[in-house]
Amino acid sequence: MKRVITGNQAVAYGVILSRVDVVSAYPITPQTTIVEELSELIASGRLKTRFLKVESEHSAMAALIGASTGGVRCFTATSSHGLAYMHEMLHWASGARLPIVMVNVNRAIGPPWNIWSDQSDSLSQRDTGWIQLYCENNQEVLDTILQAYLIAEKVKLPVMVVLDAFVLSHTSEPVEVPSMEEVDSFLPPFCPDYPIDTQEPRAYSVITMPEHFMEFRYKIQKAMEEVPDVSKKVDDEFRSRFGRGYGAIERYGKEEAEVLLMTSGTVTSTSRTVIRKLNEDGLSVAGLKIKRFRPFPSEEIYGAIKGAKKLAVIDRNLSAGVGGIFAQELRASLYPREERPQVFGFVSGLGGRDITPELIEEAIQYTVEHPQPEGDILWLGLKK
Amino acid sequence: MRKTEIPSIEILGHGHLACAGCGAAVAMRLTLKALGEKTVMVFPASCWSIVPGFWPYSSYRITAVHAGFVTGAATASGVRAALDVRGDDETLVAVWAGDGGTFDIGLQALSGAAERNENLLYICNDNEGYMNTGTQRSSATPLLAWTTTTPVMQPKENPKKDIMAIMADHQIPYAATATIAYPEDLIRKLQKAKGIRGTRFIHLFSPCPPGWKMASEMSIKISRLAVRSRIFPLYEIENGRNYTIQEESRIVPVKEYLKLQGRFNHLTEKDIETTQRNVDDTWGRLLRKARC
Repeated sequence: MKRVITGNQAVAYGVILSRVDVVSAYPITPQTTIVEELSELIASGRLKTRFLKVESEHSAMAALIGASTGGVRCFTATSSHGLAYMHEMLHWASGARLPIVMVNVNRAIGPPWNIWSDQSDSLSQRDTGWIQLYCENNQEVLDTILQAYLIAEKVKLPVMVVLDAFVLSHTSEPVEVPSMEEVDSFLPPFCPDYPIDTQEPRAYSVITMPEHFMEFRYKIQKAMEEVPDVSKKVDDEFRSRFGRGYGAIERYGKEEAEVLLMTSGTVTSTSRTVIRKLNEDGLSVAGLKIKRFRPFPSEEIYGAIKGAKKLAVIDRNLSAGVGGIFAQELRASLYPREERPQVFGFVSGLGGRDITPELIEEAIQYTVEHPQPEGDILWLGLKK
Repeated sequence: MRKTEIPSIEILGHGHLACAGCGAAVAMRLTLKALGEKTVMVFPASCWSIVPGFWPYSSYRITAVHAGFVTGAATASGVRAALDVRGDDETLVAVWAGDGGTFDIGLQALSGAAERNENLLYICNDNEGYMNTGTQRSSATPLLAWTTTTPVMQPKENPKKDIMAIMADHQIPYAATATIAYPEDLIRKLQKAKGIRGTRFIHLFSPCPPGWKMASEMSIKISRLAVRSRIFPLYEIENGRNYTIQEESRIVPVKEYLKLQGRFNHLTEKDIETTQRNVDDTWGRLLRKARC
């Protein structure tokens, strides 16, 4: 059924349709309407999920670690400072190999206080062993949650589904909401290998000596290496059932372009219109949407950029001292390759400043006109 | 009163790594006897992250969920929720946390769980300091005691935090103090707690021979002196209101308790008087609550 819903409502539908057993969450703008929506549904008896209204994000994730160890399907949502506060527990969830799914609504981290869209929160968590999937629109948000459980439970790693503050979280769009029956046949119940069972007592997360610790980490890396294949199969299956799929990346625009523009989140939507117009004007440019950030889709990207001379990246995030994080990852993944297009790393839209079509066009024109960038960071829309 | 039997079952296995004379090892053995095998125990960081032994071995014959330092009560809330969803309301979910994981870093999560009246049994194994990391002060360290972060030139300046009062003010159904010197009392309280729904709190007094600089054969004697000197009175609080004090007729001065422990060696006569006054004040406060 088609509904006009916000990104946060799409999240709530994703949770309902995934038959989540335990939700544990703490409110933070702009995530709040997710937990409000879920509270309403549970209070009215329409949703049979157990909701732990904990006293902090740290406890929200800790409670899910307990619940997931207990063998049930879990969900939480947070944003910004809440995600940063959870940091220790993010490592714990992946280290314990628990397939928890979390939504993070991208928001800047203060100070100065700011509640608007910025990817620095989720990207600060890139080394925590979580799969990270970024969404462009509300339909993709709902669909990605359904896919996330299947991927997480298959590879035994947690998944973070990321959407932009306000631009998606509080903006309504038409979304096709699948029926419970359709989702049930796509997403089977969670069957963990080692749920808590007092008949067969086990010790979880026991202290491990240097002699064995490294092998636990090696197995996490191996699981991450399975993700491209597993998520492709999940996406193909999803596409065959629902007629929609996303891939780890998506290339759009002119087929043989010399300049490629790489974006993530809602900036991609705006870029699509800019690139369409520039293509009509005869400019040789194409777009590259990055959906999956962890594991970084190096192979997929390399396959999609053949022939391109220059790659422009727009990062709505900043790793101070280095620059944009997507650009940094891209440079690292290209370094060992034969063909290495110039990477133009633009940083823009921090703290929710609009990344307008004009700014995107400016980035593309700069890339076309310059043989190489004038620095590792190219500030886009900065007031000087 | 019916005589309390100590169950013969042994759930704490051989080969654990607790120090010689560890009060908590005795307490754990008794606790598991009282709680039985249908128990999931959550262990936030403490000596008990080490005591069971290293992967792939464990000396616990119950389900043990090791957890982050801050998270004892939160992780246990999640385990409880999962078992409830699975229709298992028989299995007991317990937490075994140190005083650091309870009085200090874990207090927020504990307060949250207690306010929600989560159906779990929280046991604070209080050895009055960060003993696993080499005896640093916690807010459970007693007034004037030596630790590595409160050297004898500047021993602990503040009295011990009153965790029982904090828990009582959450109006949880049951809170009790217990020690290994009174094993029947300990077992009775654990079995009573096991039969109650909601958040239950056991404050367990736990002598630490290396941390307290005491002889390893003294744990039970010191526990008994702690009760008799009213350093650690035995009592229960039901629903945050109804107090029952297990009176001890043979009262001894705190000096008798202090002199067996090297952590109090530096105390002057005046310091001992200050400690006695502090203990008398705390006892008076408890009596006032119990009588109203």
